[in-house]
Amino acid sequence: MSWPPSSPCPEVLSAPTPITLAAAIPDGASLALAPDYSGCSLVTIRELIRRRARGLRLIGLPQLGLQADLLIGAGCVATIETAAICLGEAGIAPAFERARRAGEVQIIESTCPAIHAGLTAAEKGISHLPLAGVIGSDLVDLRPDWRIADDPFATGQLLLVPAIRPDILLCHAALADNAGNLWIGVRRELMLAAHASRRTLATVEEVVDHDLLADDVWAAGTIPALYVDGIAEAPNGAAPVGLRGRYPSDRARLHAYAEAARTAEGFNRFLNAWLGDG
Amino acid sequence: MAEQGRRLVMIAAIARRLAGLRHVAVGAASPIPAAASLLARALSDDSVTVSILGSAHHSSFTDGGRELFDCAAQGRLDAFFLSGAQIDATGAVNLLGLGDPMAPTRRFLGNFGAPYLASLVPNVILCRTDHGPETLVEKVDFVTAPGREGRRLVTDRCVFVVEEGRFRLETRHPGETLESLRAATGFNFEAKPDAGITEAPDNTMLSLLRGPVAQAMHEVYPAFAAELERG
Repeated sequence: MSWPPSSPCPEVLSAPTPITLAAAIPDGASLALAPDYSGCSLVTIRELIRRRARGLRLIGLPQLGLQADLLIGAGCVATIETAAICLGEAGIAPAFERARRAGEVQIIESTCPAIHAGLTAAEKGISHLPLAGVIGSDLVDLRPDWRIADDPFATGQLLLVPAIRPDILLCHAALADNAGNLWIGVRRELMLAAHASRRTLATVEEVVDHDLLADDVWAAGTIPALYVDGIAEAPNGAAPVGLRGRYPSDRARLHAYAEAARTAEGFNRFLNAWLGDG
Repeated sequence: MAEQGRRLVMIAAIARRLAGLRHVAVGAASPIPAAASLLARALSDDSVTVSILGSAHHSSFTDGGRELFDCAAQGRLDAFFLSGAQIDATGAVNLLGLGDPMAPTRRFLGNFGAPYLASLVPNVILCRTDHGPETLVEKVDFVTAPGREGRRLVTDRCVFVVEEGRFRLETRHPGETLESLRAATGFNFEAKPDAGITEAPDNTMLSLLRGPVAQAMHEVYPAFAAELERG
């Protein structure tokens, strides 16, 4: 996609729901997703799986968790670019591990600050950003798109990381207002990702009546509507992972998933039960 | 030595290394480094700032995931902790996988921020709770982060330090011998001439661990905190 986006985006924005948000994420899109501790729109992930999305290119902010594992297990994903993929204390992401062994998903290995730097380059509208560290790691050999250059202003070398411009950021947050401003609080990796992405789609616990930009206390943690293309109200939309300040993750459910999804049959049973839930 | 006893020795050994530092950060899934950092903070009358990833109450970060890394590059972060599915004789760690990195026979969780933090944070302490020959190897299959002179590895059996490019035994935990350590380690190592026994936590440390440290651990590591409270 180039800016402005030319690929078809259904005009869902008048009254979005998780279903219409999922419909606005085209097959093959690059999709930025938060790790399990940030803001995850599992309710929209479920709709992506229901609509049988294909060929998605996931970008971890900067790592991936349950959202990615469910999408991978359901066959929706072609590639992942991430610093890590895991289910937090529940460990290895089982559907990803199976897909990896079968060669069904391509992994673009990264490290947290390289993803932040790539997004920051996109945020600034430039081609790349230099980054300290990393040189000396074998990771550099796995990334032919990265460059090493002499520092023009100091001695030593810098790693040059190309801009990362996701087609879409999908996230979940506590609040939005009627004007489409999205409050993410201290989860500012979502702010960075919204600035860097061509579109931002979100679900929220609740839409409030007051203007989030009118009070600095709220405005400081708010992604302005300028960057946001669709918001759907979806209470408990992050479950079974948690949402900071609202509800904790459902640890029993996550461990049950980690156990069940070790086999394809177990994954499918879990998925079918989850798809039948809501 | 019982598992909990070994943990307490590890926590004390790490906490002693953090004395006098200004800012210590703890990554995900790191209960022992978290407890050690909070203990160092308690021992310092709160002059050590501790940022625990995943914590709302014990974190100084307000600018998203990138802030930890920006802090490190500027020199605002004095210590961080890494582990490794493999750790080798030079102090290099592997967080990616075994075999060909493009198609590992076994893949671990991923590199996280280690390739960056390992070269930018002055005090990186490596930590493993299951000292064994499969983990502590002569050479890692993949260098997530290379070793560095002076880097320490604290395990449930001993403390190693990189000197002249290789780990040397600095102290062994109570109950270990040079022979038991050699049998449990996949690389050859020499002991420092003054290598002694790792100092166990004293009564002040033990009471801080059972009290304010355990209390602060509840938010992110509830099960671990409960064990600390039991002593």
